Amino acid sequence: MRLLARTGEWLGERFHWEELIGPLAKKTVPVHRLTPWYFLGGITLFLFGIQVCTGILLLLYYRPGANEAFESVQYIMTRVQFGWLVRSIHSWAANLMILTAFAHMFSVLFLQAYRKPRELTWISGMALLFLAMGFGFSGYLLPWNTLAFFATKVGTEITGQVPVVGHGMMVFLRGGEDVTTATLTRFFGFHVAVLPGLTVLFILVHLALVQYFGMSLPPGVEARWKTNPGEARAMKFFPNFFLRELMAWYIALGALGALAAIWPWELGTKADPFAPAPAGIRPEWYFMFMFQTLKKIPAKLWFLDGEVAGILVFGAAGGLWLLLPFFDSMAGGRGRRWVLGAGIFGLGYMLAMTVYGYLAK
Amino acid sequence: MDTLQNKGGRFALPAALAILLWAVPARSQQNTCLDCHGAMDPPLQVTAEQFARDIHSQKGLSCASCHGGDPTEAGPDAMSKKAGFRGKVERGQVPEFCGRCHSDAAFMRQYNPSLRTDQLAQYKTSVHGMRRAQGDQKVAVCTDCHGVHDLRPASDTRSKVNPLNIAETCSRCHANGEYMKGYNIPTDQFANYRASVHYEAMTVRGDLSAPTCTTCHGNHGAAPPGVASVKNVCSTCHAFQSQMFEKSSHKAAFESRGLPGCVVCHSNHGVKHPSDAMLSTGPQAVCARCHTPGDRCDRATASIHADLLRLQGAIRDADAVLAVAESSGMEVSEARLNQDQARDALTKARVTIHSFRRELVDQDLQAGLKVTAVNLQAGEGALRERNYRRLGLAVSVIAILIVLFGLRAYIRLLEQNGTST
Repeated sequence: MRLLARTGEWLGERFHWEELIGPLAKKTVPVHRLTPWYFLGGITLFLFGIQVCTGILLLLYYRPGANEAFESVQYIMTRVQFGWLVRSIHSWAANLMILTAFAHMFSVLFLQAYRKPRELTWISGMALLFLAMGFGFSGYLLPWNTLAFFATKVGTEITGQVPVVGHGMMVFLRGGEDVTTATLTRFFGFHVAVLPGLTVLFILVHLALVQYFGMSLPPGVEARWKTNPGEARAMKFFPNFFLRELMAWYIALGALGALAAIWPWELGTKADPFAPAPAGIRPEWYFMFMFQTLKKIPAKLWFLDGEVAGILVFGAAGGLWLLLPFFDSMAGGRGRRWVLGAGIFGLGYMLAMTVYGYLAK
Repeated sequence: MDTLQNKGGRFALPAALAILLWAVPARSQQNTCLDCHGAMDPPLQVTAEQFARDIHSQKGLSCASCHGGDPTEAGPDAMSKKAGFRGKVERGQVPEFCGRCHSDAAFMRQYNPSLRTDQLAQYKTSVHGMRRAQGDQKVAVCTDCHGVHDLRPASDTRSKVNPLNIAETCSRCHANGEYMKGYNIPTDQFANYRASVHYEAMTVRGDLSAPTCTTCHGNHGAAPPGVASVKNVCSTCHAFQSQMFEKSSHKAAFESRGLPGCVVCHSNHGVKHPSDAMLSTGPQAVCARCHTPGDRCDRATASIHADLLRLQGAIRDADAVLAVAESSGMEVSEARLNQDQARDALTKARVTIHSFRRELVDQDLQAGLKVTAVNLQAGEGALRERNYRRLGLAVSVIAILIVLFGLRAYIRLLEQNGTST
């Protein structure tokens, strides 16, 4: 402990780090019945940390390339000491991270934490959610198994339907006209270099904004506390909230370990580009609502091809979702009601289409 | 010259030629035969739709190509002797009649250069052809199998001579006890064939290379294979079994008793899926039909049978363990794949039985047993690993719970001391 204190003093003399972390030490978190929702962002961050650590470990053995990828993952799963655990945790944590990121996004939406002045916090968070989905899409192909191969083929084909730039985007993603080893190495590059770099950048921006603006109060609580300031309660971020967050991380770690031990992430069979696509090709669950919509959309909508119309609608919806905070202040109270309505509709639609996608033959 | 140079005569010749060229195809395309025969009752009925499906019609031949006459004329003039009408081809004349074109390589080349032209020659060597030469009018001629007026190429699945339909076509005569009376041959071939593994392969699995009547008997030269040639017939597909049988002690033994090779154990039309029970002493046993119970060969057979069952059991056990490991999420795909090697060894051993040599069969069986032992070990190892993981999980969950309780207690302590604001 003395060594730690002396190291702190030594650093303090040189970098004045106490000034740097000073605001963090003074940071407080409001305490009310909705406080548990504040944990979601931290859990997502923790899961991202797990992804980085397990991803680095997987990199020690993984070999990108159509002739080696599957075998290297098989080697990790069967021969490498605790390789099965690392890969299974990586895959489970990826899914849990996207789940908590979605939950965080909807909690922010329904608690109206996106309101002025936190518009940029929302946008940086949305960018992180899109990046997480990009991680999922690119990582799904890396084991080069049948399901991943054909799902990527379908996924990139859908990208190719985007008017004007679609074909170019598809060729860029695939590294050619077809899903080949070039696609695999490209996706590997995105997955381990481009996306992590961007994600770290956006996480720093997001955290800085959260730190700068402090924790948002839900409008109801805010109004109540304003009329009755005696009711206002808060806890210190360090150590009170942080220790609670640590408990949530531990629970997440236990859940990950249990999932990995009881249901190790399966590998499937090696992809054969010349084999016909097997029945039941599905994307990862977080793309299912879009996939199912595009599957069920009529072939022709007015003068547009059904699939193209679907992609355009999803593109427009994504853009509007990103700009949601700016609609909040429009048209007085009606803007907020519209935003909440859109949130409820969006969540309901995503849930319904995802369930439908899994139940439909 | 004067005539040609006068005003009207200048165009007379070209005009006459033009009218002739226009009129001739129009007349030649007429087929008055179908106008009448389309409206008649069978057997004289030939409708335009029916004839349009016929390969001859599709290749540009008309009724007159076979029957003569003038299809451009209406009424009886179309069938006059003057117009070359020859009427219905007599049943006894059908093979030679078809052979006029189908035995003419130069003529057939223009329609289908790869089509054989030796059907008539082959037919004459067949039982059908030879009996016809002796005056038997009941035997099959070309039209009995191929049909007439709606004749389709053999590659068409609706053709009577498509592999899928051949057995049915042959059975129309050969399964008809009344029709076959006097020939002194059984009529249960079709019924037996329908219960055979070959029929199953053809109709259930859709394997058009599976044998049907013509595969073993020939088509145009159809005849029952003699005792000596049975093995040659079977060996066209079952080459390894045949090679082993050729070198075995059974070859000479069978020949000396006039036994027709393969069919002695496997039968002919009703070939069942071979099973290991054929080596047993049960109702499906085939060795016991000749061998005395307890003799040297009988003991060797019993031992091979027991070893085959042992390998089957070993494969089943390893499969079961690997399935449990796989359903527990363990990665055992390599061992699962290697199980195919054991299955291949079992199949090979079953083929090697045709050598009737214990040591050769043993080699294959041992190879299979060795592979299953390794795979079983891999499966059991995976299950041990699964249990180890679950134990690890239990330990880590306890550790995590301890930390959680510790953190909770620490937070309470902090907050009791007034650290919260």
